[in-house]
Amino acid sequence: MNGVHDMGGMDGFGKVEPEANEPTFHERWEGRVMAMVRAIGANGGVNIDSQRFARESLPPEVYLASSYYQKWFLAIENQLVERKMVGADEVEAGHALHTSPPLMRGPFTPNDVMRCATRGSFAREPQGPAAFKPGDKVRAKNINPVTHTRLPRYVRGHSGVVERINGCHVFPDTNAHGKGDHPQWLYTVVFDARELWGDDADPALKVSIDAFEPYLEKL
Amino acid sequence: MAHDHDHDHDHHHAHDHDHSELSETQLRVRALETILTEKGYVDPKALDAIVEMYETKIGPRNGAAVVAKAWTDPAFKQALLADATKAINALGHFARTGDHLIAVENTPQRHNMVVCTLCSCYPWEMLGLPPVWYKAAPYRSRAVKDPRGVLADFGVALAKGTEIRVWDSTAETRFLVLPMRPAGTDGWSEDKLAELVTRDSMIGTGLPKNPTDMKS
Repeated sequence: MNGVHDMGGMDGFGKVEPEANEPTFHERWEGRVMAMVRAIGANGGVNIDSQRFARESLPPEVYLASSYYQKWFLAIENQLVERKMVGADEVEAGHALHTSPPLMRGPFTPNDVMRCATRGSFAREPQGPAAFKPGDKVRAKNINPVTHTRLPRYVRGHSGVVERINGCHVFPDTNAHGKGDHPQWLYTVVFDARELWGDDADPALKVSIDAFEPYLEKL
Repeated sequence: MAHDHDHDHDHHHAHDHDHSELSETQLRVRALETILTEKGYVDPKALDAIVEMYETKIGPRNGAAVVAKAWTDPAFKQALLADATKAINALGHFARTGDHLIAVENTPQRHNMVVCTLCSCYPWEMLGLPPVWYKAAPYRSRAVKDPRGVLADFGVALAKGTEIRVWDSTAETRFLVLPMRPAGTDGWSEDKLAELVTRDSMIGTGLPKNPTDMKS
């Protein structure tokens, strides 16, 4: 979806302001939100792509005004309600009022914590040969789905070069919507800054994205 | 370290407005945790353990150890650049890292910088949880268009003519920048070298510390 989350190349957000000696969490609730999202995700209640889509789908004014973990919280709460794992009446009451379907992998217990220490693998068996190879000239397709995609707007319609093949991975565009893995070849595609931003752009700048095969067409 | 409730009360006096917003969030977060616990979805002790893990065990020291090793061991560096996940996991004594980590090397000709314009993708196992600026609009919007301006915000100026390559983490690949080893560190141990490796130098928004700034 063409949401405010797709920020590459936007102007007006001001300077980057690093914080010296930044703590892991600024408030205790931030850690609780991170842990709840990780736990529910690890045991199959939500997936990484559906979570991202839930955050992108927050109203733009909420997305921009909320802190990072506030967005995580609003998105996980929305998802749990949508999936009928938590009732709106329960959110209102602040307590469980009825039974809900179990998590795919059961309750998240201290024995499950180490599974949150390492990223899972999103690599999958290829469904066919890769269509592109390093050195191929490609164009990022001009697509504008209202559903989840990982093709940022700033490269759409622009030409680049395939630099590397990163294997075959779960396709976020379907996985976000419960429509399966649909594994796709993944490529690092490099763009010249002048191709993306015009003749005034830094001639010594190159930008790459990691693009799934359906995002690309051969030139 | 997470701030405790007492701190939150102190905070109240300084930033009344912030606090009223935060306290609503705090209440809602607490309510959701209660619901998930009562339903048997999560054990709060498991949540405690996840928080503790990210506060105490998983942080940029992991990445710094990998960089220092690459600076001292040419065979490891070669393996790291070929397949970072495999090379790091083969060591056994560092934190394991998940798929699909790619290490990118800074050279005198080329400086690498990592961003996630769409959300906040970041190599957690190597660097811990990302800092607020990495996840915020100013960095995400500007890094792909004006990385030299972003570097200036960090007080970093590259040598004239240095090419910049920005890696936008748009998929489940993750990137670790291998910064250049500072001059004047011949014969240093891996442990001592790791002290020079900052988090930002592994994102590409900073450079390693200057060896002359280190206590001997």
